[in-house]
Amino acid sequence: MTPDHRAARGSGAFEYLTTKKDEFVGWARKFSLFPYPFVTACCAMEFMSVSSTLYDTDRFGAALPRFSPRQSDLLLVVGTVAHKQAPVLRRVYEQMCEPKWVIAFGVCATSGGFYQNYAALPGIDRIIPVDLYIPGCPPRPEMVIDGIMKLQDRIAGDRHPILTETF
Amino acid sequence: MAPPVHERITARWSRVVQDAAVSHGTLVLLVAPDQLLEVARSLKAEFGFDLLLDVTAVDWPARNPRFDVVYHFYTTRDFVRVRVKTRVAAATPVVDSLISLYEAARYSERECHDMYGIEFRNNADLRPILLYEGFVGHPLRKDYPKHREQPLVPYRK
Repeated sequence: MTPDHRAARGSGAFEYLTTKKDEFVGWARKFSLFPYPFVTACCAMEFMSVSSTLYDTDRFGAALPRFSPRQSDLLLVVGTVAHKQAPVLRRVYEQMCEPKWVIAFGVCATSGGFYQNYAALPGIDRIIPVDLYIPGCPPRPEMVIDGIMKLQDRIAGDRHPILTETF
Repeated sequence: MAPPVHERITARWSRVVQDAAVSHGTLVLLVAPDQLLEVARSLKAEFGFDLLLDVTAVDWPARNPRFDVVYHFYTTRDFVRVRVKTRVAAATPVVDSLISLYEAARYSERECHDMYGIEFRNNADLRPILLYEGFVGHPLRKDYPKHREQPLVPYRK
């Protein structure tokens, strides 16, 4: 931190700038969610419905699916994840750049749903952190849109460190 | 109205078939494990059953012999299905592989080996196909605990 910065902090200007910066970056990020659809099961039908014309997630800036984890910042886990698949999901998550968010789409991704057996992972939060759970088998498009808006609110209200630890 | 091929099969194999019945229009034959390969060869060569649809098993924990190994055959000549069952004991769950007759048996038998632990003699490749390396036990056996998990990725705290 330079002496100029220190002086600015004493006057309160630095805090003002930091707050405004977080607001601005949050606003930018909440409307440019690039989802990576990790689609494994029947919830995919509902995902297609919610992302295409009728329900149109484009209205929330979350339209364009990126099929490379490097280019996406929202991991949508849509459907049942089997134990055999878990290493793949884990690797996709680790390949995504910060900042990143995860939505568990549907009851299987949330908790395993009715697959309480040898094959299914009982909820993806056992292996990766999850920001938002959308239950339902499958969830209604309205629920998904509500979920995306809740995530947007969270992103808008978050701290967004982009330069250093303090700014 | 049963297809005429049912009659011909039961007549041809009456000496080895332990039980023959028709279930939902499908002929069901029960044969001894050592007769299985011979019956399957005959179904393919003499009766035109050119498709092996599935190999699976049924676990009867209280019964001895414990397992039914179940084969489904289909003929694209007469459009008829036949189910062949054979019984094997829990101590030696071994039957002859059908890969000398049907290449499809390679994979169905692997799956059956995964799920029930049935050994198929002469099938050299019984690696896990739906399960993964390191999986212990056979999940479709009745004594496999319903909630036992064998995760590949360690769980988060």
